Amino acid sequence: MAQLEYNELETILYQKPEALEEHPFHFCPGCGHGIALRLVAEIIDELEIRERAICVASIGCSVNSYEYFNFDGLESAHGRAPAVATAIKRCHPHLIPFTYQGDGDLAAIGTAEIVHACARGENITTIFINNAIYGMTGGQMAPTTLTGMYSTSTPAGRKPSLAGYPIRVCEMLSTLEGTAYISRVALHSPAAVRKAKQAIKLAFRTQLAGLGMSLVEVLSPCPTNWRVEPVKALEWLAENMLPYYPLGEYKVIDAVAALKKEDHHA
Amino acid sequence: MFEKTLMAGNIAIAEGAISAGCHAYFGYPITPQNEILEHMSKRMPEEGRVFVQTESEIAAINMVHGAAASGCRAMTTTSSPGFSLKQEGISYLAGANLPAVIVNVMRGGPGLGNIGGAQGDYFQATKGGGHGDYRVIVLAPATVQEMMDFTMLAFELADKYRNPTIVLPDGFLGQAIEPVTMRAPVTKLPEKPWAITGAVGRAKNIINSFAMEPINDQPRIELIRQKLERIRQDEVRFESINLDDAALVIVAYGSAFRSAMTAMQMAREEGLKVGIFRPITLFPFPIKPLSDLSRKVKRFLVAEMSFGQLIEDVRLSLGADAQVELVNQFGGVPMSADEILEAIEKIMK
Amino acid sequence: MATATQRKSNYVVIDSERCKGCHLCIAFCPKGVLKPASRINRMGYTPAEVNEKKTRECTGCGICALMCPDVAVTVHRLKKR
Repeated sequence: MAQLEYNELETILYQKPEALEEHPFHFCPGCGHGIALRLVAEIIDELEIRERAICVASIGCSVNSYEYFNFDGLESAHGRAPAVATAIKRCHPHLIPFTYQGDGDLAAIGTAEIVHACARGENITTIFINNAIYGMTGGQMAPTTLTGMYSTSTPAGRKPSLAGYPIRVCEMLSTLEGTAYISRVALHSPAAVRKAKQAIKLAFRTQLAGLGMSLVEVLSPCPTNWRVEPVKALEWLAENMLPYYPLGEYKVIDAVAALKKEDHHA
Repeated sequence: MFEKTLMAGNIAIAEGAISAGCHAYFGYPITPQNEILEHMSKRMPEEGRVFVQTESEIAAINMVHGAAASGCRAMTTTSSPGFSLKQEGISYLAGANLPAVIVNVMRGGPGLGNIGGAQGDYFQATKGGGHGDYRVIVLAPATVQEMMDFTMLAFELADKYRNPTIVLPDGFLGQAIEPVTMRAPVTKLPEKPWAITGAVGRAKNIINSFAMEPINDQPRIELIRQKLERIRQDEVRFESINLDDAALVIVAYGSAFRSAMTAMQMAREEGLKVGIFRPITLFPFPIKPLSDLSRKVKRFLVAEMSFGQLIEDVRLSLGADAQVELVNQFGGVPMSADEILEAIEKIMK
Repeated sequence: MATATQRKSNYVVIDSERCKGCHLCIAFCPKGVLKPASRINRMGYTPAEVNEKKTRECTGCGICALMCPDVAVTVHRLKKR
């Protein structure tokens, strides 16, 4: 970022959050990870928890997330991030571990871990990036791949008779007692991105207040594996993913609702 | 100082871990080691430490990963089928240079097998049952006292080398009840500046086992190889009994070693010069002590509770001209002293 | 890129070497201030850049930075002294 001098009083509205390293992202052009990671970093700056935050990365395009953050991080085996984060939180309750997982990691191999972290009401936060595809491995069907959607392992489009139905994670997890805040957001427009940031912030505040499990599902574009150029990918997301994955808050316990109210008055 | 108490092997493991300063325990029910989970569920909260009964052995080993990465002494215990489920996690622990203790109270297998004690996980435990170039330190207790002491030793070695360490008893030892002398609790735990504790006033710590470019990954694995060389040099442990005049040496560990001890005494009463060589570290395997022994003694009898796994390492260690026989039980069936004595008599008479 | 001292209005700085040419900022800029550059960067992407003719219309809303997946955009809003 070039440093500029200017005689008029100048406020920088947007710039790289302190919680992010200078390291450029390795993601494809237009990838939602680049937005989601930045939102998390901005929130960690705003909540001033950089020295307590722990990035529990998963396996997938998200695997390098701990390289981009400017705080402690570690890698967990595919699908196991919620277990790793559980242990970190229980061993060091003052730390703020959050798992950063894709749909293959969370909703396929890691289903048991996320379900039981929710059932136990672990006081951790999960950022769940749903781009309806396995990105890192080149575009195979994910548990959230839509019916009829092309992927390298559903070449004729996903058929329920062969490959079943996409999983609605928020709806599923919100039935578990231990969850305090579960919300689904998306990245397909500026307004949506702003709402996504609010939800992710509330999730971290839920953990800070010790209220139990918080999870934000982020519908995110994967232009490369959707075979759609970035701007069109956001349109595709809006037209195809929003109907099947309605946005909104699926679990908000009273104490979290109170946190939200505080926001409006603060 | 500490009085003797009667204790089951499984409980000795739990109390050994607590004495060693184990701060986090993650377990899943599987016979024949449920008592460890049950005991820890009571004792760990009493000590103000972390206890989680997990949704699977996979979750448990990954929780160990989290606790170990954040600088805590951590343990999980299981039995054979659960031990298989933990192999990927153990490979990740080794790949990330994390200290951890994994106890496998072995039972009959493969497959569902049964809950009788066995030694059929020897290969899996000692050859590194997960993927990639790594090994784990493996300690083989043969008494309830050793179940406690080796669990404590396992924590020490795990921290010393930042490597997962396995304690490998079998189901019989887990259930056996013997007098045990409690040990003084460990108070001074090693510093872990590399741990994930929050980047306060320091650069961030990253714990992973990944490098996108192979050429960057190799140095990481080379460090693991060098570490294993040091372990091979400095951590070999074994026990020799009546080897001075022995004409036949029994090689055995764990419960098989206990039966071999009785068989040796009976054989000695019949005037048969029998000795025993007991590996205590199954990795690093006592290769040199065995090969030295084979210059003096030519006949060996391996007694194990598997269909023949330890015997491979014994043959590898001995000279080509050593004669190695096998006496064994497997599948959870215990091995009696009489069977071993019979094998001794067949060889020596 | 004009130096800041000639600037009298809000302005946006795009790190053309970090930009991967996804053009989300161009698509979502309410004032059409941004356009694809006429050259490719070191990685072979066509980065976004400020259309000098339109730069006065920048309101400093920050949508370009909000939508940027590569943290390549810095937005400056001016306040009179």
